[in-house]
Amino acid sequence: MKLILDISFSSFATGIHQWLVGAVHSEGLVKVIEMVIAGLALLVFLVPLCFILGYMERKVAAFIQVRLGPNRVGPKGTLQIVADTIKLLFKEGLTPNASDKFLFNLAPMIVVVTSMLVMAPIAFAKNFQIWDISIGVLYVSSISSIAVIGILMAGWSSNNKYSLLGAMRSGAQIVSYELSVGLSLISIVILAGSLRMSDIVMSQENGWWIFKGHIPVLISFVIFLIASTAEINRAPFDLAEAEQELTAGFHTEYSGMKFAMFLLAEYINLFVVSAIAATLFLGGWMPFHIGHWHTFNFVMDYIPSSVWFLGKTFAIIFIIMQFRWTFPRLRVDQLLTLEWKYLLPVSMVNVILVTVMAIMGWHF
Amino acid sequence: MSLLGEDIVTEDGEFVINIGPQHPSTHGVLHLKVWLDGETIKRIQPHLGYIHRSIEKMSESLSYRNFIYATSRMDYLSAHINNQACALCVEKGLQVEVPERAKAIRILMAELTRLSSHQLWWGCTGLDLGAVTPFFYAFRERESIMAIMEETCGARLTQNYCVPGGVMYDIHPNFRNRVKDTLKQIRSKFNEYEEILTGNVIFEQRTKGVGYISAEDAISFGCTGPTARGSGVSCDVRKLFPYDGYEKLQFKEILEQGGDCYARYMVRMAEMKQSVFIIEQLIDNIPEGEFQAKTKMVLKLPKGEFYQRVETARGELGVYIVSDGAASPYRIKYRSPNFSNLSALERMATGTKIGDLVAIMSTIDLVIPDVDR
Repeated sequence: MKLILDISFSSFATGIHQWLVGAVHSEGLVKVIEMVIAGLALLVFLVPLCFILGYMERKVAAFIQVRLGPNRVGPKGTLQIVADTIKLLFKEGLTPNASDKFLFNLAPMIVVVTSMLVMAPIAFAKNFQIWDISIGVLYVSSISSIAVIGILMAGWSSNNKYSLLGAMRSGAQIVSYELSVGLSLISIVILAGSLRMSDIVMSQENGWWIFKGHIPVLISFVIFLIASTAEINRAPFDLAEAEQELTAGFHTEYSGMKFAMFLLAEYINLFVVSAIAATLFLGGWMPFHIGHWHTFNFVMDYIPSSVWFLGKTFAIIFIIMQFRWTFPRLRVDQLLTLEWKYLLPVSMVNVILVTVMAIMGWHF
Repeated sequence: MSLLGEDIVTEDGEFVINIGPQHPSTHGVLHLKVWLDGETIKRIQPHLGYIHRSIEKMSESLSYRNFIYATSRMDYLSAHINNQACALCVEKGLQVEVPERAKAIRILMAELTRLSSHQLWWGCTGLDLGAVTPFFYAFRERESIMAIMEETCGARLTQNYCVPGGVMYDIHPNFRNRVKDTLKQIRSKFNEYEEILTGNVIFEQRTKGVGYISAEDAISFGCTGPTARGSGVSCDVRKLFPYDGYEKLQFKEILEQGGDCYARYMVRMAEMKQSVFIIEQLIDNIPEGEFQAKTKMVLKLPKGEFYQRVETARGELGVYIVSDGAASPYRIKYRSPNFSNLSALERMATGTKIGDLVAIMSTIDLVIPDVDR
């Protein structure tokens, strides 16, 4: 099972490449066609992913809130989210008269496209990665910060006071929390000695960083979870769309498919953030190994690497979902206090600790 | 800062937003005009009238039996207590002696109403602060109280169970057991409430020191109920001007000195326990006898003025009836707790953030139809 899956992913890509080179005879054109294929494959992956995440969120919320959740459309309510998507597709996408129409229509695209771009360097399985760029971690943190432009654009162009307030909140929030996210990513980069995602995964062959890195890595893992929850605008940090305060925040004026784009981006971001956490701290697609327990390790190896990766990712997604349904929302000044007075100093000290640890070779 | 439409910021550099009349956290059609400086609130102006149904004027053409039912639609979360206030006021005018059994049933129902109202408030407070889950927890327990109401009164929300002279029907045979089961269930859930909201760090940060109002201010704005008791003002009508036999019962008037959202929150949390305590004292001691005093078909109050105050879940409700001796009141005036409590909103919220405004509104526990009537 494992062998079939792992070989098929990489050999599939190589096979396509060789066939294209033989058929097209142009290096540039081959690149373009391959990019298109990769993009389409990503879309085909993302749509069911968002359905699953949407269904999961509703079910998790329902179980926390002592209710059943969707259970009418399809078996166990699984098709509810499909029905909702169809509803959104057929709804009229209103554009307010007083809005800046170009920016208004562009904003959801930017938000979705940036969140999709971040998927590129993520290793979904062994040897299965869209783009193994040498500056993977840097790429992720820089591309994800473009999303804030989309949100600011949406809030500004709607010409709605609630939207403007939401967008400004979001701007302050994302820019601040990016620092903590970056610093906690850096601690792993220091330990692994590389920005390349595949190198980081390979460095965890003999143990995941969360186990090898002692307490400092544990701290940066927690900081990463908190700060990235804030960066993707999810509760308890969902101030940008705080329903009880700003009705819907920056997407108050959006409806139909344009609104669905924001929803889509939210779920993709949720997945991306969890995937990065899984890759950097929990070993990505690396199976769980314990020292010299050869039989145990051998059994673990039999689980396909893609299952390992998705399992870890969904475990983290579940934690972030639990945050959302159990915590009240922070106030805007408390949100910034948390970042600038607590998370940032802690993560700065933490980076120093990790550096010392890496230099002295104290980690396993 | 001019966009395509009108200016978002006025010429004076003011940023004005209209919160409501349709807004998720106003719990009704309250319209607040809010002047902002960034996120900080400079001024608040409540606009009323969106749900004015002229209940007071309407009552002038209704008989003394009928006007009571309109009051269920005022503060719909303490519908029974509103009815009780009117019934008491009419009884005062008629000088009818209400049977002991009716009094006990009225108190039981009033405390159940208070409990369910506070539970809904607790859920909504969580919801307003961004925690959705408490809302569902609160509704789980509230549902069993609603079932009791439905069984005995025939309605879940607007009970219309009180009539001048007593209550409309006797309690359902199942009533005692059902109330006992419900109380057991509610008692076991109090810890859950504390765990999910009260002890939460974010919740404490959001409420402690937010929306402060001093005792003097609370008195001068006419605040009553948990809103005033959170500032340490003793104003429980059940203690100070007992009615329907509250004087025979043991319960504490909950006072907190904080004056902030957290204090108001704690008052209501403790009041829920007191309500449970009151019901437990009464449930096994409902006196036998009539559930309604004998009254005439057409009630006529003697010429004069009558006033009765009761403690609803939100504060002091006053019913003022002026009678000219006819079969319907000459003039009726309700002193509603929410109207006075709302007037203190600007004092509490000026200088705070928008997020705080939501927290303050939810701890005042406004019911908008009661503000407007």
